Amino acid sequence: MRIEKEEVIVVKNLYKSFLDKVILNGIDLKLHRGENLGIMGKSGIGKSVLAKCIVRLIEPDSGEINVLGKDVLACNDTELDDIRKKVGYLFQGGALYDSMSVRENLLFPIRRTQFVDKKHDSQELVERSLASVGLLDVIDKMPSELSGGMRKRVALARTLILRPEIILYDEPTTGLDAVTSGEISELIIKIREEYNTASIIITHDVKCAKIATDRISIMENGVFMVEGTYNELVNSDRKEIRDYFI
Amino acid sequence: MKKINTKIISSRQIKVRKAQLQEEIRNFDTSIFIDLGELAIFTGKVIKQFFKPPFEHKEIIKQGFLLGNKSLSLVSVTGFIMGLVLTMQMNPILTDFGAQTLLPGVIAIAMIRELGPVITGLICAGKISSGIGAEIAAMTVTEQIDAMEVSGTRPLGFVVSTRVLASTIVVPILVIFADAFSFLGAYLAINIFSDMSSTLFINNAFGMLSFKDLIPATVKTFFFGFFIGLIGCYKGYNAKLGTESVGYAANSAVVASSLTVFVIDLIFVLIINIL
Repeated sequence: MRIEKEEVIVVKNLYKSFLDKVILNGIDLKLHRGENLGIMGKSGIGKSVLAKCIVRLIEPDSGEINVLGKDVLACNDTELDDIRKKVGYLFQGGALYDSMSVRENLLFPIRRTQFVDKKHDSQELVERSLASVGLLDVIDKMPSELSGGMRKRVALARTLILRPEIILYDEPTTGLDAVTSGEISELIIKIREEYNTASIIITHDVKCAKIATDRISIMENGVFMVEGTYNELVNSDRKEIRDYFI
Repeated sequence: MKKINTKIISSRQIKVRKAQLQEEIRNFDTSIFIDLGELAIFTGKVIKQFFKPPFEHKEIIKQGFLLGNKSLSLVSVTGFIMGLVLTMQMNPILTDFGAQTLLPGVIAIAMIRELGPVITGLICAGKISSGIGAEIAAMTVTEQIDAMEVSGTRPLGFVVSTRVLASTIVVPILVIFADAFSFLGAYLAINIFSDMSSTLFINNAFGMLSFKDLIPATVKTFFFGFFIGLIGCYKGYNAKLGTESVGYAANSAVVASSLTVFVIDLIFVLIINIL
């Protein structure tokens, strides 16, 4: 697959500490348009903190974050909202609004951001998004009636509804069985092709990393210690790198 | 020798404990000021959202109905009992002075000026503020608030400002219910001891009331409603991750908003006395 070289996310020298604990220790990252970048690392190492810093859900201590050519840390609230509409975020637990039905969950971002598509009305957009994750039949169900895998797919449909250019997946397959994990990983690839998105996929799941990523960075001690394709890393000379793929 | 050592150790312990206490007091003071500062910033952000489109009329009405419905029966029963009890307590005293006809007026002033708003405020602090605190804390813990934030849908506008506005509108209405039911209780209690027609009761009750009683009492209920909603939202919005923080948010919302009801009441009394 040909990867375009336009950089959609550039993170430089990013630092974040919680009390005395350094989580991000001058980390650098680049994501290109149309690329799926996997981030792996031990639990609690700061992978989700990095993703949350990119959309400023967490304020970093210092460093630079550039998303789609805009300096995220220098943005005011309105500019930040505009960037956030172009960056979808899939949370680990799905984070569906449990007081709303699936339809309302998907309509909510359209209504609140006054996102109007000239070709489609809101209902059509909802149906199209749900169809792209293969869950059109649950449109009028409540989130509590859905299984874990379904919730993640609906959350993904909600993320897609604003047509993001970038998607940040925070452990998209955690807590799912092997078959559903495989389906979600395939879905990530399908979405890239359908919506031409660039993605950061935070995962522990080797199968997901193999299927869904073009490049993988492994995080340790607040920085990326190594980067490469799945095959390069699996066949690495260093045992500590190969250990991540057992 | 042993005794001297013990004395030295205990005096050291006292010094250490004193230092610890001073540190705790400093931290306590600081945390109160940090909390107040953060609440002030939060209030500013929420008020800003009142004027930013899209305006969520439907959500305000829905929340208003839910909040009002949740507290209406409790507020009405409490008001009724307050009117009943207050009349039964006051009746013998006023009868001794031969001023039984003043009873409806005394009850009306007590209920409308002070007891109705404050008791309703406290009930709403318990029901509304804790409910909002727990609900928003649960949304925070399950990352629903983050999900709204990250899609640029401004949760402060949809989740917080709607609940604050609903609470600001609903609490004064609940106070009216509490006052009305207290009159009913008072009328019933008076008729247990003696015989008074409803027309005479209403004439006596409202005859002693003036706009000076009604206006400040009504205005302060809007402030009660605003702060009850706001504090519930603030505690829920700032809940830490973890299920125990839901309980903590609900609990601290009740404590803070109950205290705020008394503080607002005090401020109003001081202002009225100055005027």
